[in-house]
Amino acid sequence: MPELGKYAVAVLGSYGVTVALLALIVLVSLKRARKVRASLDEVERWSGKNG
Amino acid sequence: MSLWEYANPVKFIRTTDKVLPWIWTFAVVALVVGLVWGFFFTPDDFRQGSTVKIIYIHVPSALMAINAWLMMLVASLVWIVRRHHVSALAARAAAPVGAVMTLIALATGAFWGQPMWGTWWAWDPRLTSFLILFLFYLGYMALWEAIEDDDTAADLTSILCLVGSVFAILSRYAVNFWNQGLHQGATLSLDKEENISDVFWFPLLVCIAGFVLLFIALVFLRTQTEIRARRTRALLAREGQV
Amino acid sequence: MRALLLRDLRLAIRAGGGFGLGLAFFLIVTVLVPFGVGPETALLSRIAPGILWIGALLACLLSLDRILALDWEDGSLDLLATAPLPMEGIVTVKAIAHWITTGLPLVLAAPVLGVLLSLPVPAYQWVVISLVLGTPALSVIGTFGAALTVGLKRGGLLMSLLVLPLYVPTLIFGAEVARRGAEGLTVQTPLLLLAGISLGVIALLPFASAAVLRINLR
Repeated sequence: MPELGKYAVAVLGSYGVTVALLALIVLVSLKRARKVRASLDEVERWSGKNG
Repeated sequence: MSLWEYANPVKFIRTTDKVLPWIWTFAVVALVVGLVWGFFFTPDDFRQGSTVKIIYIHVPSALMAINAWLMMLVASLVWIVRRHHVSALAARAAAPVGAVMTLIALATGAFWGQPMWGTWWAWDPRLTSFLILFLFYLGYMALWEAIEDDDTAADLTSILCLVGSVFAILSRYAVNFWNQGLHQGATLSLDKEENISDVFWFPLLVCIAGFVLLFIALVFLRTQTEIRARRTRALLAREGQV
Repeated sequence: MRALLLRDLRLAIRAGGGFGLGLAFFLIVTVLVPFGVGPETALLSRIAPGILWIGALLACLLSLDRILALDWEDGSLDLLATAPLPMEGIVTVKAIAHWITTGLPLVLAAPVLGVLLSLPVPAYQWVVISLVLGTPALSVIGTFGAALTVGLKRGGLLMSLLVLPLYVPTLIFGAEVARRGAEGLTVQTPLLLLAGISLGVIALLPFASAAVLRINLR
């Protein structure tokens, strides 16, 4: 751990916020991608059976 | 073989599926290397102390906040001129990522400004124009969400993106002007790029590369998602008619 | 074009809503501010130009959805679209009508409300001049926002979100003219920039609004 001195809150805070926000957007994107892909697969299978 | 082949959604998905793992890998590697390098192995600045480490996320995110909007602008133009659906969907996919980048730039700027300027927020031209940019992102995303018909939404948002770009530039200059009126010249500007030394420069480059790659990966992934979502809707609509 | 303008004006006056409502809103905002910041005359006279501008802007915003929504609901917008008048002309007329019914009364009311806020004497003319120059831009930009959201059921809030960032440059330069005028400084630069924004917006934005309206009427 590097010596951050009196600015520890600022540095750690900004790294924390960044990691949290990046993780959030990545997770949301991945989750939605998985959900949409699954529902498309289902719809395609279904319409393939009937059509 | 031309660039426009990738306007075909199927082709787009197939190609991006092939390259996405690589982009993700490089993005993660570059981010980890750059941030670890910046956080653990760079010296403190003699004036700014350890807060200089914030530069490794502040500058790349600010860059991407603007570049994301530029990318949306180009994609909107392509949609208006050539009417490739992938392009419109890519613009839609980029907006939330750009908004997050803007938010990161604002948040890290606040964390940096607090010890350096003694305040979390100042109505400095740069800060203010980023806040306005964030509002533009919000409006753009809200308009996409609000309109049900896909093509109408793509048309309207791309025009909003064009008009918004003009007004964003206008606001940038207006804000510059307005702040000078208050403070008589730049009071809070940082001498960032001008005299940054190599010790800080190389990890910063790696971080910028990481942010760019992450942005590309996210936009590809989200565009794929939008394509699939639209196909699902189209299939369901067809079923409903039968 | 003139017929359409007259029709819009007549409708606005008969319906009453748009005309009086914007003014009443402007009055209420101006009255509320001293309650919020305290009755101190020095402070009020310092912030008066800005308050008048923000009040006018919000009052303008409030009446935007009336520009197109009524015509959209009763179908007369579809009729207008098939009329020989180009869509750009329709949009421009709509913006002019909005300015006459909302912007102009606000300009005229501003000096009266300035008394309430103890606006400095030299500021009166500049507040009026900046509003005369700036409110047309507000109407034209607002018409663009109204055209974007015309087909939506709950478009009002979304329209505010879209339009307010677009109002930023106009507000900055307009308020700057008024503030500099109040402090007795030269106002030439912001005045020219404000006029430039208004003229540019009036010249170019109707094309965007017309394009948007065509898409929405498809």
